[in-house]
Amino acid sequence: MNATLTLLDRTSFIELNARERAQALLDPGSFRELLGPFDAVESPWLMAQGVVPQSDDGVVIARGSIGGVPAVVIAIEGAFQGGSTGEVSGAKIAGALELALLDAQAGRPIRPVLLFETGGVRLQEANLGLAAMADIHAALIALRRHVPVVGVIAGMVGCFGGMSMSAALTSYLIMTRQGRLGLNGPEVIEQNAGIAELDSRDRQLIWSLTGGEQRVATGFADQLAVDDADTIAHVVRAAFDTDRSLPANSSRVAHWRDRLSRLPERAEGAALRALSPGER
Amino acid sequence: MDDDVSLRGRLWFDAIAGESQRRETGPVSVLAADARIGAEMVRVIAVVPDPDNRFPRARRGEVGIDEGWGLAACVREVLGEAGRPILAIVDVPSQAYGRMEELLGIHLACAAAADAYATARLDGHPVISLVVGQALSGAFLAHGYQANRVLALDDPKVSIHAMGKLAAARVTRRSVAELEALAETILPLGYGVRSFARLGLLHELITGVDANAPTPAHIDHVRQRIAAAIEDARDGSHDLSSRLGSVEAKQQRAASIRVRELLAAQWD
Repeated sequence: MNATLTLLDRTSFIELNARERAQALLDPGSFRELLGPFDAVESPWLMAQGVVPQSDDGVVIARGSIGGVPAVVIAIEGAFQGGSTGEVSGAKIAGALELALLDAQAGRPIRPVLLFETGGVRLQEANLGLAAMADIHAALIALRRHVPVVGVIAGMVGCFGGMSMSAALTSYLIMTRQGRLGLNGPEVIEQNAGIAELDSRDRQLIWSLTGGEQRVATGFADQLAVDDADTIAHVVRAAFDTDRSLPANSSRVAHWRDRLSRLPERAEGAALRALSPGER
Repeated sequence: MDDDVSLRGRLWFDAIAGESQRRETGPVSVLAADARIGAEMVRVIAVVPDPDNRFPRARRGEVGIDEGWGLAACVREVLGEAGRPILAIVDVPSQAYGRMEELLGIHLACAAAADAYATARLDGHPVISLVVGQALSGAFLAHGYQANRVLALDDPKVSIHAMGKLAAARVTRRSVAELEALAETILPLGYGVRSFARLGLLHELITGVDANAPTPAHIDHVRQRIAAAIEDARDGSHDLSSRLGSVEAKQQRAASIRVRELLAAQWD
């Protein structure tokens, strides 16, 4: 097959919405949504601020199986309020992880997957978004002790704010070349620190800092995948099947502190990559 | 150092840690000591401004790359010392905003700190945080928000929030005045610690203490409240579920509770 046909044969994962993404990862026919649009649990805080709420609050929780093993896919919808974490969307994510933890503690198999597409805390729900973020971190750290948690950052919103910490707390993180991962989004840095610190319109620069290719090369993510739904479903399943029980990146304090103690004068590009290969 | 750099973190760290030997586990911006509080030896940790920080964007007390990993190291140092309490003294204006920070993975550094605190909590260490100044955004997620019990001083300059006022106004396309007006009626938008307390996320709001110039009696009182929180945490669960159990939580965060109930009912 020539290159064009190969490309045409793909189904872009990035183009899928959150619900379709969850369906793409779960075994065919196994998708079942929890707290779906018909339960109509919406944000209680948005209407008063002139923002129209959405019946799933921008997060899809789906049960089903992955490789025949019970699974839960938590998919964030980047198209609703930038995938931001509010009280309801945050409680859906934290609550699903807490239930997965109960299963894992009871010895019931569970494969949790998080699909990140978010700018972080929803500022219209400020403190409740931040509180939910702490709950999500707590649940991830507890759950990860029992079973691997797989994260995917496909793009195009990327994964920023407190949710970038969640991505860093997964057991295995998959990114596409189009995905980005960072604590502070480029616009926020430019606003806080000035355009000399970071020009948020310089796309090449932005992706060279936080893009999937750089993040995998420098050890902040585990695997680069092409933007194809079948490929991403395959690598997610493979991450569970070949669980290597590596220490979580966020617990490798000596490793990262040693690396940071050896920073070159200009720690960019090749110099940074040479510090430590991405492979764990 | 300019005037609006907060000295409260260091002030309260010194007040609580007293003459205890300082640990040199972290960078100079991460203070750690083992101090006696009540009957217990407590690992006390604070992030403070360092005007010579090698990362210029982290010189005003922000949680940056070295602070995140330094916090993780200071916490992990006491893991395994059966039940040793950990106290985070919180006065952090924000995470560090910068290009080098993103390149070097500040998200992972902050996650490492949160990971260390949560791991300690799960292992049975009572983890307490005492908010004496600002507790903002990613900085608070890294340093303090994984505690079993969050305490705060009742003081106008104590603030727990998702984003600083100016930045939050810009991102939501409002003026600061509009944001302040909205915060009057929409509780989660509030910046003051009293509005935060009404969300049911605080274990205790400590009143009657001068946050800038505490007297010995004030310091004693705060130490007693910390000791009581340690006791309470020892008797409680190792997760964060206590934050959903308060009267205030049932009133102001009913959706957080309802979502969990519905999910549980539909799980299997």
